[in-house]
Amino acid sequence: MSATDIAEDERLLRRSVWRKIIGRPELGSVVGAGAVFLFFSVVAGSFLQPSSLSTVLYAASTIGIMAVPVALLMIGGEFDLSAGVLVTTSALVSSMFSYQMTANVWVGVGVSLLVTLAIGAFNGFMLTRTKLPSFIITLGTFLMLTGLNLGFTKLISGTVSTKSIADMEGFESAKKLFASQLTVGSVDLKVTILWWFALVAVATWILLRTRFGNWIFAVGGEADAARAVGVPVFKTKIGLYMGVAFAAWVSGQHLLFSFDVVQSGEGVGNELIYIIAAVIGGCLITGGYGSAIGSAVGAFIFGMTSKGIVYAEWNPDWFKFFLGAMLLLATLLNAWVRKRAEATA
Amino acid sequence: MRTPRTATTAAVAVAALTLALGGCSSSGGKSSEDKGSGSPGGGKGVNTPRLKIAMVTHSGEGDTFWDIVQSGAKQAAAKDNVDFLYSANKEGQQQAQLVQAAIDQKVDGIVVTLAKPEAVKDVVKKAVAAGIPVVTINSGADFSKEFGALGHIGQDEGVAGEAVGDELTKRGRKKALCVIHEQGNVSLEQRCAGAKKTFRGSVENLDVDGTNTPASTSSIEAKLQSAKDIDSVVTLGAPMAAAAVKAKGDANSSAEVDTFDLNAAVIKQFKAKEIGFAVDQQPYLQGYLAVDELWLNKTNGDVIGGGRPVLTGPAIVTEKDVPTLEKYTARGTR
Repeated sequence: MSATDIAEDERLLRRSVWRKIIGRPELGSVVGAGAVFLFFSVVAGSFLQPSSLSTVLYAASTIGIMAVPVALLMIGGEFDLSAGVLVTTSALVSSMFSYQMTANVWVGVGVSLLVTLAIGAFNGFMLTRTKLPSFIITLGTFLMLTGLNLGFTKLISGTVSTKSIADMEGFESAKKLFASQLTVGSVDLKVTILWWFALVAVATWILLRTRFGNWIFAVGGEADAARAVGVPVFKTKIGLYMGVAFAAWVSGQHLLFSFDVVQSGEGVGNELIYIIAAVIGGCLITGGYGSAIGSAVGAFIFGMTSKGIVYAEWNPDWFKFFLGAMLLLATLLNAWVRKRAEATA
Repeated sequence: MRTPRTATTAAVAVAALTLALGGCSSSGGKSSEDKGSGSPGGGKGVNTPRLKIAMVTHSGEGDTFWDIVQSGAKQAAAKDNVDFLYSANKEGQQQAQLVQAAIDQKVDGIVVTLAKPEAVKDVVKKAVAAGIPVVTINSGADFSKEFGALGHIGQDEGVAGEAVGDELTKRGRKKALCVIHEQGNVSLEQRCAGAKKTFRGSVENLDVDGTNTPASTSSIEAKLQSAKDIDSVVTLGAPMAAAAVKAKGDANSSAEVDTFDLNAAVIKQFKAKEIGFAVDQQPYLQGYLAVDELWLNKTNGDVIGGGRPVLTGPAIVTEKDVPTLEKYTARGTR
């Protein structure tokens, strides 16, 4: 047996670039996104204007920021139904803390980060301790947070929305970080788009280049086997829930600093949209497979569809139907492309 | 193969039974509709240039109130040669994005509601800065001018609430339940606060989810069962009135149901003496005047109300007004 034979062990085989591309989980969704984009470019006259595209990107970013950690969590084999209201909780905490304590707004923002991360850790801790399905645990937190949001806001502010903190110290600088606009040429881009891209980049790096990334795939694929080879399953899952909490904090601060006040009842139902974006982007509901870039593409499809229908000037009574149909078609295309890719790989 | 065959047999049997019972209903249904009443007007439109006007509201899905606003707006649009676009989302952030989409479409005018004023503030100012005239409707009269809108057409929610409080006092009521069907909507809170201000008895608020009628009904029912001293239920929208009437029946309560806004179902319940009074804010007028104002402004530089809020309500409607209003509510314009 010569040395070259050993080098050609199949695990060490270098795959061609083409093979690498068609093996990616997000490939199907990219094709789906291209199709949706083409469709609205033809159907909706004002869709291709730079200002419209920036609105679409903004809509996508508000979903996408949350879809990234939700995708990681799904790869790790779990759900988080509390993600939607957690965003509102995070915004309420920083707003009310700053107002009631008459503190610099940044203090409230910091306190909010701690509270939000603690809620994320609570989710993870309860899940790993009780071994109940994450659906049950986070459904519980979802309902509790919905009640706490309203209850505390009414108790403290007397109404269902918080008081404006726009005239307080630190507001302007915090607004710059979370809710400013960047003008590129003639187009206004919201800063959330940058947050979104940064989160996607960091999450992709974690997934593909770090040990923690390997752990995520391992616990989502087969938790018991992963534990047997020494993967810290509990730590990984708690970490993933805290990741969701961190993103909820970012979106929550955006919500607060773009409007100065927060409505305590908002956010309900958004958790499903985050999950949908992750699934369109190629995450398997059963865990162990998916990508962060895919979730971004999923959010982009969602943003394009929801705003494209407006630009196309279709009757809004049918809005939800069109939305559902477009999403279904995008997902079907996604599945079909993936199957073809797997067949040729 | 037993199960599929049994299922098929059952399906055939049900279909046969349906046919055997005859396809027709002897009462109600499409065939009982009054055919002679279309929308008012219906004459020829003007020959001014075609305009595109977008309306963005905070409505939930399938609310009769916003249907009436829309039919008013569409009537004005047909008269004024206007291309009318409608979109809505009950979340503030989403509503703001929809206004932004209207700006991107370079419409000639925007009609917007200010139920969550802080959420749409920036984007309304942006529209004004882009040279697109904005008319605000429904609630938010206090913010309209500050945001740079051309005018406001709606109801002062506080005043409307006070009218309810007065009427409740007049009717000798002691304890009222104010049902808020869109949690976080400032104008709804103002209505309850207004009622509390003028009513001699006490007012308690109850939050329900207006887009989920069964859940709302059971919430009201639970409240009526636990607080027996409630003698009137005030709902803040016509669809909720039906839910309250049902809850009242289920809870065996003798409370009187009163409501904001009208629709065909409320008129029916007036006749059945299920509802005491309603506060009408004429939604048709809000849609109609808003589109008309934008058209008048574009073609003649007019401002309705001279820049001050134009009030379309409140008007107290009772059983006595039913005969005149009935045909208008049936076609969805009152």
